[in-house]
Amino acid sequence: MKTFNVSLVGVGGQGIILTADMLAKAAALAGYQVKKSEIHGMSQRGGSVTSQVRFGDNVASPIIQEGTSDVLVAFDRLEAVRTAHELAEGGKAVVANVDLVPVTVSSGLQPPVADLAGRLAAALPTATVVDAMTIAREQVGNERTMNMVLAGALSKVLPLPEECWLEAMKLMLTGAKAKLLPANEKAFALGRAAV
Amino acid sequence: MNTNNNQPQKVFLSGNEAIAHGAAQAGCTVASAYPGTPSTEILENIAKFKETINCEWAVNEKVAMETAIGASIGGARSLCAMKHVGLNVAMDPLMTFCYVGATGGFVFISADDPGMHSSQNEQDNRNLAKFARIPVLEPSDSQEAYDMTQAAFEISEQFHVPVMIRMTTRTSHSSSLVDLGDFKPKTRDLIPYVKNIQKTIPVPAFARGQRFAAQERTAAMEKASAASSLNRVESGDKRLGFVTSAVAYQYVKEIFPEFSILKLGWSNPLPKDLIADFAKGVEKLVVVEELDPFLEDQIKAMGLTVVKHETELNMMELNADRLQNLRNELLGDVPKAKKAAPDTTLPTRPPTLCAGCGHRAVFYVLHKLGAIVNGDIGCYTLGAFAPLNAMDTTICMGASINVSAGMKKAGVKGRMCSVLGDSTFFHSGLTGALSAFYNGTPVTTVVLDNRITAMTGQQDNPGTGRTLKGDPAPVTEIADVAKAMGYKTVVKVSCDDLPGLEKTLAEAMDSNEPALVLAYAPCRIAAKLTKEGLCEVDPAACKACGACFKLGCPAMTRGAEVRPGFFQMKIDASLCSGCKQCQQLCKFGAIKRIK
Repeated sequence: MKTFNVSLVGVGGQGIILTADMLAKAAALAGYQVKKSEIHGMSQRGGSVTSQVRFGDNVASPIIQEGTSDVLVAFDRLEAVRTAHELAEGGKAVVANVDLVPVTVSSGLQPPVADLAGRLAAALPTATVVDAMTIAREQVGNERTMNMVLAGALSKVLPLPEECWLEAMKLMLTGAKAKLLPANEKAFALGRAAV
Repeated sequence: MNTNNNQPQKVFLSGNEAIAHGAAQAGCTVASAYPGTPSTEILENIAKFKETINCEWAVNEKVAMETAIGASIGGARSLCAMKHVGLNVAMDPLMTFCYVGATGGFVFISADDPGMHSSQNEQDNRNLAKFARIPVLEPSDSQEAYDMTQAAFEISEQFHVPVMIRMTTRTSHSSSLVDLGDFKPKTRDLIPYVKNIQKTIPVPAFARGQRFAAQERTAAMEKASAASSLNRVESGDKRLGFVTSAVAYQYVKEIFPEFSILKLGWSNPLPKDLIADFAKGVEKLVVVEELDPFLEDQIKAMGLTVVKHETELNMMELNADRLQNLRNELLGDVPKAKKAAPDTTLPTRPPTLCAGCGHRAVFYVLHKLGAIVNGDIGCYTLGAFAPLNAMDTTICMGASINVSAGMKKAGVKGRMCSVLGDSTFFHSGLTGALSAFYNGTPVTTVVLDNRITAMTGQQDNPGTGRTLKGDPAPVTEIADVAKAMGYKTVVKVSCDDLPGLEKTLAEAMDSNEPALVLAYAPCRIAAKLTKEGLCEVDPAACKACGACFKLGCPAMTRGAEVRPGFFQMKIDASLCSGCKQCQQLCKFGAIKRIK
């Protein structure tokens, strides 16, 4: 199989790196070679965060070339527009219907985006927009499962078996975290159903 | 589960995790480090093997290296880890230990940060290994990080030499699958310690002999490097031959998969014979490496011709896109279709101090007092930016105190102070504080005491009461340290008390004495205080004066625009930590604590 490039973007604290870990583990369980990259350090809470996962039969570079992401997963609409140029022609975008206002805007240092929905539609006309936060809050009852709703949606557009995703989730939620499994499984299933 | 059934079972590890596994597997029993991005997770993961590896957070990199040196002389396999600038701090012991030489295997990791993702400069520390005449191993992925860590211990004991593993942000923080083989953390018996001052006390009479020995050792290591399986030729199309190392190798494989490659895993001393042989078998030699032309300059000095190109490769982080440009230049391949440009008109999300961070109040007050602020390395460097705008200089760990001392000595007038964190004070602030006191230089040192090493992800330090292994530890109070030095003015003030901060800082800066102010507030993340309490704004009382917005807290958002350009403040309940800093700035009593 050709190497599959997945970019996950959003804001620090949204669970992006955990979602990327789960995707990477799912791809490994499916028998693929896989590499994952991210930037730590100054990307604290509230900063833009990017994580990249590449999987296939043979993966060399750990990072994705500009404009060659097969799938772009955005946890925030502003970040979706900011990184839209990373998507390859014909690539698929999965975008959470979430808007986290940058501090630069809330404090009045920079102007807000006037028509974010319009900008998103122009930048990513074929994006699948998922009401991930609403689903997590109202149907799962836990806002922090928003990332698993998106993971569920992502699983529908990637060539990895569903059981690999679920097994990866189990591998990540062990020990004291095992009690979080039912809520996360529910969020994942609702995410799949939302696409 | 395995739908694509040709891969053995492997574990998915970051480069830093792989190094920790390699150290445990190699029988390393002592490890020390000071946190620093991108190296921090090496010791955090080594702590998972604390049954076999006696590991600790040192107060700085020099201490870490000297501790590992002691363990090596004592006969154990030892390791220390640091970010690139950390090696600057540890160069003093390294430059002599490279004469003394290792007994038990001694390996240190220099994690460089090409592109300065989270650093104040860019350094290619392979240069420092060459300077010290010691081997450098350069992993290109997590499997190699695991394998080369073990190989490094072998090389160290074979040649009695400290060995550098050069990681970069990309190799440290990328994850890939690793075959751990028969992984079992182990200990080894100590190589018996035998007193031998000709070896371990490099007074000139002994050191001169060691200087000659280092030269012979370099020649022997060059032969070993040329024969080592860490360096390998991957034969392909002979029109171009690439000499490459570290993650640059992965980018060459991505962009020039059909050509011949000499992949150097052990790059210092340079295996010249191997390179000369490789050069004979290819038409043109291309060198691709991350940062300085370390290999390239030495290969040119051998008299070999290296392909010249316009594509800049020797600054900032390398990536496949830059090699694609090189390919287009060298081979005239059809360039990729011009991609859409990134949208740069969007509001940015620069790093900011967290909601409720105590540092914010200190910088707010210092800005108000019009002080010259000499800063340091940590989260608080963010105090330099709008809307706080309260920092003038940042050089390196601990420099804040001495830069103020120098400015004072030069005759710079006006209110001035030095600002550094508790961990930075322990790292490199102690000596400056002592020197200023000794010389009677009236420096006001403000320690932002949040009881954690915050910037690198909340690591313990001598003020936290806990060790890397999670054991209880005695607590060092910086106020006691300053008093023991002789400081008469040592004042402790809560960051959440704005009037108190203003009075304390103004008095300290206006006095003509050395003073130490401890501005205390626990890190909201480390102390898990982010949901401690919540405040809200009463829209009937808020006059939209904008005073609170000068704090730049991420929990404060714009509410209703009551007059053109004047917005009420609204608190984002999901971020507010209940610090009440904004409440103290409100003249109208509009901000209330609700729980």
